[in-house]
Parts: sequence; C-alpha cells; structure tokens
Amino acid sequence: MALQSLDITRRSATSTPSPGQRQTQKVAKLIDVSKCIGCKACQVACMEWNDTRDAIGTNHGVYDNPADLTENSWTVMRYSEVETERGLEWLIRKDGCMHCAEPGCLTACPAPGAVVQYSNGIVDFHEENCIGCGYCITGCPFNIPRLSKKDSKVYKCTLCSDRVAVGLEPACAKTCPTGAIVFGTKEDMIRHAEERVVDLKSRGYDRAGIYDPRGVGGTHVIYVLQHADKPEIYSGLPMDPSIGPLVGLWKGAAKPVASLALAAIGVGAFVHYVTKGPNEVSEEIEKEFEDEK
Amino acid sequence: MKNDSRTLLRFTVPERVNHWLVALTFFLLALSGLVYFQPLYFPLSQLFGGGTWARILHPFFGVAMIFLFGGMFFRFRKLSIMTPSDKEWLHHIRDIANGDERNLPEAGKLNGGQKLMFWSLVTCMVLLILSGIVVWRAYFSFLFPVVVVRLAAVVHSVAGVVMIALIMGHIYIGIWTRESIGAMLYGRVRRAWAKQHHPAWYREMTGGDK
Repeated sequence: MALQSLDITRRSATSTPSPGQRQTQKVAKLIDVSKCIGCKACQVACMEWNDTRDAIGTNHGVYDNPADLTENSWTVMRYSEVETERGLEWLIRKDGCMHCAEPGCLTACPAPGAVVQYSNGIVDFHEENCIGCGYCITGCPFNIPRLSKKDSKVYKCTLCSDRVAVGLEPACAKTCPTGAIVFGTKEDMIRHAEERVVDLKSRGYDRAGIYDPRGVGGTHVIYVLQHADKPEIYSGLPMDPSIGPLVGLWKGAAKPVASLALAAIGVGAFVHYVTKGPNEVSEEIEKEFEDEK
Repeated sequence: MKNDSRTLLRFTVPERVNHWLVALTFFLLALSGLVYFQPLYFPLSQLFGGGTWARILHPFFGVAMIFLFGGMFFRFRKLSIMTPSDKEWLHHIRDIANGDERNLPEAGKLNGGQKLMFWSLVTCMVLLILSGIVVWRAYFSFLFPVVVVRLAAVVHSVAGVVMIALIMGHIYIGIWTRESIGAMLYGRVRRAWAKQHHPAWYREMTGGDK
C-alpha cells in the first residue's frame, strides 16, 4: 500500500482507464549477485522502513533466515552452494517481488484495484481492496505473495513505492553496504548491468548476464548473474518465467466466452419460447380425460 | 394440486424439499462464485456483504451443497439410469424442441433429457468439489503445487460456467413445459399431463389402462 497516486497504468479487475494523467519514468532495482556478501542488511532495512516484524524463527542449520518469504518478510536472502566449472561457489540471491511488466498477480486478481501497476513499473498491492482469495499467489510466476494469517490479506515487496513516490530509493538499496543493490531508471540500470557483465566476463565468468525475463515483459527488479545461462542454480530462479497457458486461459479467453455463452442461452431460450410457444398437454389427451369425468 | 384420484404423485415431500434446498444453495454459489470469475460480476459481492464475505462464504455454501446434492444423487440415481429407449428419445431432441412429439419413444418417470441433465450435473459437481478443495486458499491450497492450483482454477471456472448453463436450460425447460414447476412445488400432476409427457410412467402408475 502506497501513497495516493496519479500515475496508475493498470488496476486489477478493471477494464476502464486508471488515473494515469501523470507519467513517470520507468524505474528498476538492479541486484548484482556477484557483489552480494549475504549480510542481510537489506532484510533489516526492509522491515525497518515498512515496520513489519516477523516472528522469531528457528535455526535450520543454514544461513537462510527466515527460511522463506512471509507476510512480514518481503525480501529474504537465499544461499546456495553450487559446484560449477570454477569449483564450489556460494551464490546468494536476494529474493522478493520482481515487479513484472506483465504481472501474473494483477492478471489473476478478481478484486478491483487490489493490485495496481504504476507507470514507473512498480506493482503494488492495495490491501484495503484485497478480498483474500489468494489468486495472486496462483498467478505469480515467482511464488512471491504471502497470505497473512492475521488479516487474510496478501503482502509482498512494494519496491518502496512510498519512498520512490517522493524521490527516494528503496530502503534495501539505501542500506546495501557493497553497492550490490542499486536503484534508478530502468534504462540506467540496464546500462549499469551491461558494464557489470563486461567486467564479470573479463574476470572469467563467460556466461555472466542480465536477468530481465522477456516472458513477463521484462521486470523492474533485475539481476546480474555470474551464470545467466543457469538461473535455476540461484535457489530456483526460473529460466523462462511467464504467466503461462493455464492462468492465461482462466483469466483470459474463459471470461468473455463464458459470458457470451450464458447470454446466448438466455436469448436462445427467450426466442424459442416466443417462436414455438409453451409445451402443453395436447388437445386429444385433454379431451380424453374430459370425457372420463 | 388436489390430492385426489385424478392426480398422480410425482415427487415426494423429501424429494421436493431436497430439490429446493439444492436450488437455493445453487443460487448462493453461482452468485458468489461469479464475483471472482469475472470483474463484470464483481458488484454481485454486495449481496453477500462485500468481496471478502463472498470469498469467505462461497466455499462453505459449497460444503452445504456437497451434502444437499449428495441427497439428490442418492434419491435419483436409480431413476436416472439410461435405457436404450432414452437414447432413442434423445435422438429426437430437435423434433421435441419444435413441439413435434409424434415419433417419440415413450418416456418413463424421467425422460432421456432429464437423465442426461442429471448425469451432466453430477459430472460438473464432482469436478467442482475436487477443484474447489484445491483452490480453497484458507485451508487447502498450500497443500498443492502451484501448477495443480492453476489447473484446478481453470477446471473450477469451466465446470462452474457449464453448471450455470445447465441450470439455465433446466429452468427454461421447466417454464416451457407447462405444469412441471407445479410438479416440483406441490408434488402431484394431472393424469393428462402424465400421459402427455411421461406415458410409460403413466401406464405404470395407473396399472396399464389407456
């Protein structure tokens, strides 16, 4: 949930234009995995700024803490130890909402205005409109939204839409001590990421690249990966995420086809009644029983 | 309808009560379900106290439906077994719609169309129950992988729309065939009506005369 906004591009379950008089530049958060040291300052900053507090969990014998995203932890560091051609590598990925240009959550959401997309590219939940059905979880290609047990609303990273709206960078980018998280216009971030890829290649990471998946129209959180050919090794980052045919059918063709079919049945029944008339007992049979009396 | 020798008992009291409870539950389910099928119908959520209430109530209406429709299933399943004569009846569907019943095989207590309706509803109901459990986010969805939930969402939507279409047809045929709504409301039908629409049942009930 963010500030009242004049620059909404899309609202969930709404077919008319959204308030979009003001146009803003497309923004992006760049997460350079090669620079991340796994300090979790971003997790702390996220909780501080958004004033959410997760329950104290248990140690599972790994660095991941909390073990997964929750309604209070909108970003988590995911640690994976992977054998590559360079030997053992410790790959640490900051996980959270990717802010897709074509968001599966917004497509799936049935509540008008519960999910919005700003013209700067941020995808935000407006929880006061959320009905708690969890369809956004079903629609998300990255498994991000979390349903709160306390209030049955969904929560996720807002890309600090409230900070961005007043010209600040997201809390995680502000706090990152190594510069692994940077924030700016999408154009600038792509340019910066390209420089990082050139640098990584010169250091022997031949497959270094940018993760900005086309299947969801690109994202407003992008990664620089040392092994961009194998995103799955980064704790299951999907190779080619998309909204997918099932969600596409469910929230696409099914809706108009169903309404038209039901309308056709209604109209067809009416026309049938008007043209053929009611199905009554025939005169011969009526007469037969009349005579009996 | 007078309870005299000139009328025939078509549906018993428990059958009628069960039918109308299913009908009521169907309307609650269809109206609350359409809310999150398509934004066009979102205003229907006001009937239930808003979108969140529609979301909370819909699956509980579904649980009620499992028991109520289950009752209908056990009451009518034997009556609804398709016979070769029913299949022959269904081949004449075009003539029937045109009001031409000349070469029609004699229908029993339920005709081929009613039996086909019964089994279509049973099929939709089974699909709706199974997929409904998977998409019930508050209690069950977390037990299933996301791809199963997506598939269930599609199945639930399609089966729900087919169900609404079938019931629209069912209601129309009830209106079109005069006196049949009375049969479900009051239980009894005129002999002439029975002979017209369900001749084999008529003979069975009256001991073969006429």
